[in-house]
Amino acid sequence: MDNVELLSRIQFAFTIAFHYIYPPLSIGLGVCLVVMEGLYLKTKNKVYEELTRFWVKIFALIFGIGVATGIVMEFEFGTNWATYSRYVGDIFGSALAAEGIFAFALESAFLGILLFGWNKVSPRVHFMATVLVALGSIFSALWIVVANSWQQTPSGYRIEGKGMQARAIVTDFWAMVFNPSSIERYSHVLIGALLAGSFLVLSVSAWYILKKQYIVHAQAAFRIALWVAAVSSLAQLFTGSKSAEVVTKYQPAKLAAMEGHFDKLAPADMYLVGWVNAKDQKTTGIKIPGGLSFLVHQDSKAPIAGLNSIKPEDRPTAVNFVFQTYHLMIAIGMTLIGLTLFSLFMLYRKKLFETRWLMVVFVFSVLLPQIANQVGWYTAEVGRQPWVVYGLLRTSNALSQAVKAEHVLASLILFTFIYVMLFGLFLYLLNKKIQHGPDVIDSDQEEPSSRMNPVFN
Amino acid sequence: MDTVLGIDLPTWWFLLIGALISGYGILDGFDLGAGALHLFFRKEESRRIALNAIGPVWDGNEVWLVIGAGSLFAAFPLVYGTILSVFYLPFILFLVAIIFRAISIEFRSKEKMKWWRKLWDISFCVSSIAISMLLGLILGNLIQGIPLNANHEFVGRLRDFFNPYALLVAITVLSLFMMHGAMYLIMKTEDRIFARLTIIANNTSKFFILCFMATSLATLIYVPHMTAIFKDYPELFVLPIGAVLIVLNIRRSIEKRQYRRGFVSSSVTTALLLILFAMGLYPNLVLSNIDPKGHISIYEAASSDGSLRTMLLFAFIGMPLVGMYTVFMFWTFRGKVKLEEHSY
Repeated sequence: MDNVELLSRIQFAFTIAFHYIYPPLSIGLGVCLVVMEGLYLKTKNKVYEELTRFWVKIFALIFGIGVATGIVMEFEFGTNWATYSRYVGDIFGSALAAEGIFAFALESAFLGILLFGWNKVSPRVHFMATVLVALGSIFSALWIVVANSWQQTPSGYRIEGKGMQARAIVTDFWAMVFNPSSIERYSHVLIGALLAGSFLVLSVSAWYILKKQYIVHAQAAFRIALWVAAVSSLAQLFTGSKSAEVVTKYQPAKLAAMEGHFDKLAPADMYLVGWVNAKDQKTTGIKIPGGLSFLVHQDSKAPIAGLNSIKPEDRPTAVNFVFQTYHLMIAIGMTLIGLTLFSLFMLYRKKLFETRWLMVVFVFSVLLPQIANQVGWYTAEVGRQPWVVYGLLRTSNALSQAVKAEHVLASLILFTFIYVMLFGLFLYLLNKKIQHGPDVIDSDQEEPSSRMNPVFN
Repeated sequence: MDTVLGIDLPTWWFLLIGALISGYGILDGFDLGAGALHLFFRKEESRRIALNAIGPVWDGNEVWLVIGAGSLFAAFPLVYGTILSVFYLPFILFLVAIIFRAISIEFRSKEKMKWWRKLWDISFCVSSIAISMLLGLILGNLIQGIPLNANHEFVGRLRDFFNPYALLVAITVLSLFMMHGAMYLIMKTEDRIFARLTIIANNTSKFFILCFMATSLATLIYVPHMTAIFKDYPELFVLPIGAVLIVLNIRRSIEKRQYRRGFVSSSVTTALLLILFAMGLYPNLVLSNIDPKGHISIYEAASSDGSLRTMLLFAFIGMPLVGMYTVFMFWTFRGKVKLEEHSY
């Protein structure tokens, strides 16, 4: 791997991993906002209004950083991956342009009304703006995941030209959009986003409950977010297994790496935890013998293609990395199901908010969906290597020809510096908003400790 | 070749992307200009009013950049890859400035400390100036042409981009946006900041006219290919003459206190200048200054007809929607800016 390639890959991985913190949060939070404001319009209960206004401010902070770091991604395709851009412009470019025109425009225009329109438009129009912003972010994710899914499982195209001049041409637009993995991967990503957003609400609310502040608001928000989280974590089990089926069928090398399965054609085990020694081609750990074969073929003896059945130059090299990220994602998914179901049970028994240790767990739980989303993405992207478009274009052939290593290094240092600073500021301001809490207009719903000074001045 | 309403598909996309970039220039142009003027406002209250004049709309304005870049990627991927990778460092700096600008607006109001606000004020102003000038620098180089060999490979050096003509265009773009931003703010403000803005609008418009004349002259002398089209179609001279008249009209409308008309004039000026640039280019998108075979034409760079046709349908559906959102957004926040609890 030459330096331009290595540095460009690091830069892309770093900038997209950082970006991927924010859009899932705003998608999940957007849905929670729709529920909160909808409940306010229906019940006219001030608590829901104050909750909505509070979470809108946090939403704005997250959304702002998401947009700023997202524009970087759009331009990086051209700056660092010019050959890739030319190769997939017909397809990836179309999806990206469609995202801009059908989703991002909707989000951004109505975000202004969501943030600043409280006294300018009627409550109904404001609610409509909230719904449109949430919908916009959901559509955004759709086009982006479609574009990425096409790279995973290309379809509806033909290749024109040869060598460095080759490019993929759309032959069937809808086959390109609904390629074999689009729906499965989109639902998986979308639900991951709902988990990220709802667990942020759960974490902050649990913290207020522990501190005995804004109890009424915190409990109301907790209930809303707990339902979103519980339904989502159960649904994630389903979309996760659907995604795995698609990988099995279309990306055998990735599947083999996910389970550390080397043998050419043999029944494959399923690991709960483990370690892959890629050198000796050995995987050790706690496993269900024949588990993967059973899952894929409903027969624990059925053979599954291992990494050795794939040409060495076409195999992902970071097998243990893919294995670990994949298993961490599953472990977190299972934890979330257990946690939310147990909490619903406690809610039903009316003991949930009195169980301090559980509230402590929820304060920290915000990290779990974030980690799961990140490692899930790593599994998908690293598992696809050495291809940038699976089976068609190698990552090493996708680079910009005009760019020098020292330029990429300079930009990488610049982005690292800015993103570290940005993340620090984000946490600082988020913490500040949480410490401040919702602005309570009607004081007899709250304990005297509630603060009433307005945020902005 | 595939045509729609008698116009071939690559030309359609040339026109559409031109419209998107003009839309971006007009919309983000005024909020970039307002940012570039930010430090001219001394009082905290004036700065807040100026910031809140663009507060609810700047993000929606930036959408035009995202759609414009996305469309260039989709319709002319060869050009997208070439321009962005050739201007690698200018574009990276552009992105850095975009990030700083976004967070300056978002973070400034979050703390009351003087140093905090001053820091973000400077960051907001500097990044707005940087974005305007980097766009101008890239534009200036694209007008002159860049060193591409017959295979469209870049054979130049980075420092060649910092030539006098490109720097002149960079300053001209900045002066245009500053004038445009002043014309916008003057519509949205009253009292003390309004009085200050009438002076600023006057000065920025003088500054722009100066830059405009210098750039026009330099283009006639040093970049003759941009004006070649007027030899074949002398009737097109109406455009640069129109541009001059409209620029003069900006001055007149400031004097007559017809600020809305002034803002429309500076918007039209922005569009006209980009149209002149587009006419000089067509049917090419990127010019080579060392080998005419290195020019990248729209036909060479275009995506497949099928893709262009599908995307054109999307544009016909999507563009009116985007226009409607934009109008609704500006209509909701019409009138003079008043500071309130949700303001920045």
